[in-house]
Amino acid sequence: MATPLKRVRGLGAAHRGTETFWRQRVTAIANVPLVIFLVLSIVSHIGASYAQVKAYLAQPIVAVLMVALILSAAIHMRIGLKEIIEDYVHSEYCKVAALLLVTFFAGVVGIACTLAILKISLGS
Amino acid sequence: MLTMMMSIAHRITGFGNAIGFALLTWWLVAISIGPNAYATLNAFFASFIGRLLLFFFTWSLMHHMIGGIRHLIWDTGTGLDKVSIEVFAWLTIISSIVLTVLIWIAGYALMGRF
Repeated sequence: MATPLKRVRGLGAAHRGTETFWRQRVTAIANVPLVIFLVLSIVSHIGASYAQVKAYLAQPIVAVLMVALILSAAIHMRIGLKEIIEDYVHSEYCKVAALLLVTFFAGVVGIACTLAILKISLGS
Repeated sequence: MLTMMMSIAHRITGFGNAIGFALLTWWLVAISIGPNAYATLNAFFASFIGRLLLFFFTWSLMHHMIGGIRHLIWDTGTGLDKVSIEVFAWLTIISSIVLTVLIWIAGYALMGRF
């Protein structure tokens, strides 16, 4: 039975409570230095050759930071886009379809980037 | 009015960053595939449309980052008075534009390095 107490115990309408709120803040904080790192990485390699860019990304520290950025940003993006959809898309079918699309997009982008970095850094 | 616009701007730039994420994916995947894929990508980013897209992505990223820091400050319970909100809004708008221009100046300046 859903008593008011049970409802209040940190679950709310989405049954996730403050978990999502907190996760969005944690990834936001992580994203700030990681985005600065990404911008510096790109700006310092404009005009660089393929081999130079690849060698840069293959460095362990660079690879770790890139994967960290990708995972943190993918999680942050999924929560943010989900919030936008929940606020603006009201038809139930459209909402579910859009939410699925967002989840798949975040998943595909996150996995593709991570695999690319692994392939570059483990080298072939 | 300004506050409402900033809230919407945070969402629009968040959406813009999702498109930028797709570009980042293309960049990394192209590098992992090989020189030919990378050359195709470079040709696109060197084009007018490519540069325009990257310029807007830079601004979107900066605006969302600074706006996000603003939100994190609000989460601590500070800066919620009317004057602070106005100041934060203008700081976000101005500093995001200034940072974007500086990044692009640095990019063009460093281009000849290689």
